[in-house]
Amino acid sequence: MPFQSAKDPSGATIVTVEGQLIVANRQDLKTLIQDALEAGDRRFVVDFGPTAYIDSSGLGALVSINKKVREAGGELRLAGLNEDLRALFELTKLDTLFAISETTAEALVGL
Amino acid sequence: MHPMSSPAEDPVEVEYFELILPSEIRRVGEVVEAVLQGCAARNTLGSTTRFRLCTVVAEAVANAIAYGNLHDPLRRVLVQVESGPECIRIGVSDEGDGFDPSAVPEPTHDDCHEATRGRGLFMIRHLSADVTFNARGNTIWMTLPRH
Repeated sequence: MPFQSAKDPSGATIVTVEGQLIVANRQDLKTLIQDALEAGDRRFVVDFGPTAYIDSSGLGALVSINKKVREAGGELRLAGLNEDLRALFELTKLDTLFAISETTAEALVGL
Repeated sequence: MHPMSSPAEDPVEVEYFELILPSEIRRVGEVVEAVLQGCAARNTLGSTTRFRLCTVVAEAVANAIAYGNLHDPLRRVLVQVESGPECIRIGVSDEGDGFDPSAVPEPTHDDCHEATRGRGLFMIRHLSADVTFNARGNTIWMTLPRH
C-alpha cells in the first residue's frame, strides 16, 4: 500500500503518497479519504514528499477527493511536491485548484 | 510480461528492448519500473528525465489498456524502447482500432479542472520532446532527451 495515513497532534489527517499515484492505485487513495470522512475527519494534508510520479488518473483522483472533502465542509492541502511535480500541477493548471505548501508543517498552519 | 532483446540499429549506441503485457491496469506500475530500469542500465538518467519517463509511459500504457484494448485481457500491449546515450524513444501499441489524436480536447481550460479526458495525452505531449502516432492511431512514439 503506497499510502500511509497518520494524525498530527491537532487531529489533522496526513496521507503520505509513496512511489506513485496512478490509475492502478488511485482508488485506494479515494477509499482511504472517504473512510476518513465517514469517520469524521475534515482536515487533510496529502504529502507528496516521497512521490516519484503522478499520472492523469492520479490527478483526477485528487480533484475528485478535493471536491468530496469540500462538500463535507472540510479542507485538503497538498505538500512536499518536488520541482517536477509542482511543474506538472502548473502545466495542468491544477495549481490553481489546490492549496499547495512546501512542507507538511507549513500546510498544517491554519488548517 | 516477457522482456525480450533484439538487435538494435546500432548495438553499441542504442539498446533495444520490448515488453508485452496483458491489458491489466494493475500492471502499469511494473511496466513503468521495467522501462525505467532498462533505460538506466547503461547510461544515467537525470531526475527530471526519470520523472517524465515514468509519467509518459504510465499514461501511454494506461491509455492503451483502457481506450485501445478496452480492458480486454486477451488483447496485448506492446512497449518498445530504444535507449540511447542521448535520447530515449518509447513506442506503445495496442490492438484497438486507433484514434485521432487531433480530436482529443485540451484539458486546461478553467471549466475542465475535473475533466480527465485529454489530460493524459496533454501531459504526454508536454513532457516529451517529440510525439508521433502511426497512421492507424494505435501506436504512440514518445522521445525524451536522456539529460
